[in-house]
Amino acid sequence: MLLAFVTLTPFLGAILPLLAIRFGRNTCALAAGAVTLTALVLLMSQAPAVYDGEVITWGVPWLPMIGMSFSFFLDGLGLFFAALILGMGLLIILYARYYLGSEDPMGLFYFYLLLFQGAMVGIVLSDNILLLIVFWELTSLTSFLLIGYWSDQAASRQGARMALVVTGAGGLALIGGMLLLGHIAGSYEISEILQRGDVIRSSPLLLPTLLLILGGAFTKSAQFPFHFWLPHAMAAPTPVSAYLHSATMVKAGLFLLARFWPVFASTDAWFLIVAPVGLITMLIGAWIALFRDDLKALLAYSTVSHLGLTTMLLGMATPLAAIAAVFHILNHATFKAALFMSAGIVDHEAGTRDIRKLGGLLTLMPITATLAFIASASMAGIPLFNGFLSKEMMLEEASHTVYAGYPWIFPVLATLAALVSAAYSYRFAISTFLGKPRDDYPKKPHDPPVGMWLPVAILIVPVIAIGILPALTAGAIVERTALAVVGGQLPEYKLALWHGVTPALWMSVIALAGGALLFTAYRQAEALHRVFAGPEAKRLYDAAIAALVSGARAFTDATHNGSLPRYAGIILTAIVAVGATAFLSAPYAAGTREVIPVEFPALAAWVVLAAICVALLFWHRERLLALVLTSGVGLITSLAFLEFSAPDLALTQISVDIVTTILLLLALNLLPKTSRGEAPLAGRLGRSTLSAAVGLGVGALAYAIITRDFQSISDYHLAEAKPGGGGTNVVNVILVDFRGFDTFGEIIVLGIAAITIFALLDTALRGAAAKTLESIRSPEQSKDAHPLMLVVATRVLLPLALTVAVFIFLRGHNQPGGGFIAGLIVAVALIMQYLASGYAWAAERTSVDTQTVIGAGVAIAGLAGLGSLFFGWPFLTSTYTYVELPLIGEIELASAIAFDLGVFLAVVGVVMLSLAQISRVEERAEHEPVPEGPMDVPLKKGRIVSSNGQES
Amino acid sequence: MELLVASAIGLITAVGVYLILQQWTFPIVVGLTLLSYAVNIFLFAAGRLAVNQPPILTGADAYADPLPQALVLTAIVISFGMTALIVVLALRGFLETETDSADIPPDDLKADKR
Repeated sequence: MLLAFVTLTPFLGAILPLLAIRFGRNTCALAAGAVTLTALVLLMSQAPAVYDGEVITWGVPWLPMIGMSFSFFLDGLGLFFAALILGMGLLIILYARYYLGSEDPMGLFYFYLLLFQGAMVGIVLSDNILLLIVFWELTSLTSFLLIGYWSDQAASRQGARMALVVTGAGGLALIGGMLLLGHIAGSYEISEILQRGDVIRSSPLLLPTLLLILGGAFTKSAQFPFHFWLPHAMAAPTPVSAYLHSATMVKAGLFLLARFWPVFASTDAWFLIVAPVGLITMLIGAWIALFRDDLKALLAYSTVSHLGLTTMLLGMATPLAAIAAVFHILNHATFKAALFMSAGIVDHEAGTRDIRKLGGLLTLMPITATLAFIASASMAGIPLFNGFLSKEMMLEEASHTVYAGYPWIFPVLATLAALVSAAYSYRFAISTFLGKPRDDYPKKPHDPPVGMWLPVAILIVPVIAIGILPALTAGAIVERTALAVVGGQLPEYKLALWHGVTPALWMSVIALAGGALLFTAYRQAEALHRVFAGPEAKRLYDAAIAALVSGARAFTDATHNGSLPRYAGIILTAIVAVGATAFLSAPYAAGTREVIPVEFPALAAWVVLAAICVALLFWHRERLLALVLTSGVGLITSLAFLEFSAPDLALTQISVDIVTTILLLLALNLLPKTSRGEAPLAGRLGRSTLSAAVGLGVGALAYAIITRDFQSISDYHLAEAKPGGGGTNVVNVILVDFRGFDTFGEIIVLGIAAITIFALLDTALRGAAAKTLESIRSPEQSKDAHPLMLVVATRVLLPLALTVAVFIFLRGHNQPGGGFIAGLIVAVALIMQYLASGYAWAAERTSVDTQTVIGAGVAIAGLAGLGSLFFGWPFLTSTYTYVELPLIGEIELASAIAFDLGVFLAVVGVVMLSLAQISRVEERAEHEPVPEGPMDVPLKKGRIVSSNGQES
Repeated sequence: MELLVASAIGLITAVGVYLILQQWTFPIVVGLTLLSYAVNIFLFAAGRLAVNQPPILTGADAYADPLPQALVLTAIVISFGMTALIVVLALRGFLETETDSADIPPDDLKADKR
């Protein structure tokens, strides 16, 4: 429980600085410091137990189905890193208080910093590797925010982006590796995985797992060839650089290597990959660092080099090397953070951190200079400072490492790296602080306020203390941590200043002396560096990103060409491909359901349908004909519903068909009557093939489904329709009762569609659309706009149709019918009036607004549903009763009929609104005044006005 | 009968897809209408075919599956709503641009990519 609090405290506390900034910058820094201190105290309360050899665990399941849990464990390694992160965090918070300018939003800075801190602590304390990944990604995100803190600077943004891309890509690799690891080990808890090294090492998936995990670790810890992002991240404020790039984020990769050391270190692949990558990184980092003029860039590449050193030690896979690695992590964190902060102070006070513009600062800022000198000496590996000790241990290990049969590779290259490392350390200290004071510094340098150099001084204490009395000051820490890394007994070793005259001592002497020589011959070395300047990794990265962007753009341009058929074609092809793959990769057997014998009428209908389909393919450009043919398909669909025991569907389908056909006819009146242009043969062939494939697939799927038996859930509906819903038409009972909520939603959707149609067409009467309307000339106008027969027939039929609708509506609960069908019938009857007598005539006689009808329908259905609430039943519960009416006898009244009435009104409203709106637009296109309908019999002075407007 | 229904679904789908792949709006609307037919029959047929067993309770032994019927009934009406909306969209588009091509005009495409 406590461990979870250690991790969560920075996250929860991150909000405090944001609030505290209102009370001033000191309060803000104090708040951030208090949060970090709380976490540190909580952590340290567990330290005694850990140092007694206990491993503290705590966890709760999170997503048990995928093996994820919110679990933490604390051993020597976790404690070491967590203490480093939190302790260093305190110093950084203090330093940043004085470093940040008054224009920098300090609350936000501490907010990001604490989030980052929490994520880092989460990484080192997580027991579950999936949880670890979550924190791992969080460090990538929060470090992005921190590096890009000065977001108004292009360099900051670019550095942040690069760090995110590289570490994010590594994070992806790590996810893959962790999933594989958990899969092999059969557990996602690190404490379990560490026990199952044998299982993991004997798995055939070992190599891919290892490579993926190393991908994550190497990107995070800036190992070659991913080392290039770290120096660019130096665009961040110096406290961020000091924190992320000395003690924490870049160490996360090392932590991962150390954490899984017991599992992987004894494999050949580990030694063969990790050790040389570390060695190369150490050498390259040092070489580049030597020639950087920017103090922070120098330190950044130096960090890369030291990370390589530690990686190499872990890669050597011996317990002694692991001890050296732990020791060096500790030492590097102290002297490198001190150096970063010193560089920040120089930048802050002198106004530049370009070595060429500096020099002679010793007398101007003596405190800073002294501190930086000590830290540099440690970095160079000069005795009496802690950097010397771990470097010596490294050289000792390198001296007897045989790689691929060559005993000289590691000792020679490691000594060379140490030599270059000494050279850049001299350069950092001497070129900045020694020499004559200059008079052209951008600012007048002097020592900073105490708050700024105090953190550096605090870090220098262990640099010297460990350097002189290593066993006393760091012995316990190194032992406990190394025990956790190795996961077993430690061999004999001694942390001491003097080991006697060993090969390592000679290598150290060579490195220090050679480094001095190299520094004095800096000009010649620089010339050499220019000649042998290799390809810069950043340029490769930029080229890769540019290629990615232009590739993506080319792909978009090729696919996103604005052609709807192409988009639809791509989607359909993908669907066909997926379906075909699934079909081909699975066994298939014919269905066993008993087949209904073919009847002649059905066969005839099928033949007609096939003929229509073929005709449509050939004549679809004649739009009117296409419409007629389509309505034929609708008709046969209705017949099919009728044949296969779905009378309600047949009724609905045929009424909808009528309405749809009228609608499309109206639209076609304004649209072009034929499709122009024929697609090229290749296009037609492609379309035909794709259509045939889709049709074949859908048909085959349908056949496969309907020739198999299945378990339906409809028995419940059939059994409960009468006793529960009070109706014998089960389809209608389902619509208005069992699944009434669906229906309610559906009429709302219909209503919205109708309102959208209204909005689209109402505004079409203005602007560009209106101009087009004016210009439309219908080539053929019927001389008889309102044929007498039609007018008479529709008006006679209207009351009949309405009566039928009422009948259909009322009987719907027990017999085929209901609100949907009745609504469609009424709509059709009314639309016929528009068709026969014209929009103007019909609109004049319509006293009810269709939008009101829709609204009323939805409202009635909703109220009918709400009614049941008054009786304490859930929404849309229906009830029914029988009432005795004189003359008619007993009739059944179901509350669902009110709901059905709402459906009815909504359907009428929707259909009428859609069709009437199109008619209204059409009317605008009619340039000649619409003649009065004949049947109004406007007997003007005894004369009948005929349909074509001529008096007769 | 099953074969007839399945092949009919396939036929209507194929023609519908062919029309959807045309360049002009009206064939696309007609294609969508055809696809609606096919999909509705498909959904309906998922309840398996039955002759002379309408789900009207009469005391018979067996009834056709009422649930797909109820779902398809609303689907038919929704299809109408969709067809109406899309044809009106096509109409408005035509009135605005004086062309009934379904493609994005090249000028607009360029403006998008900028």
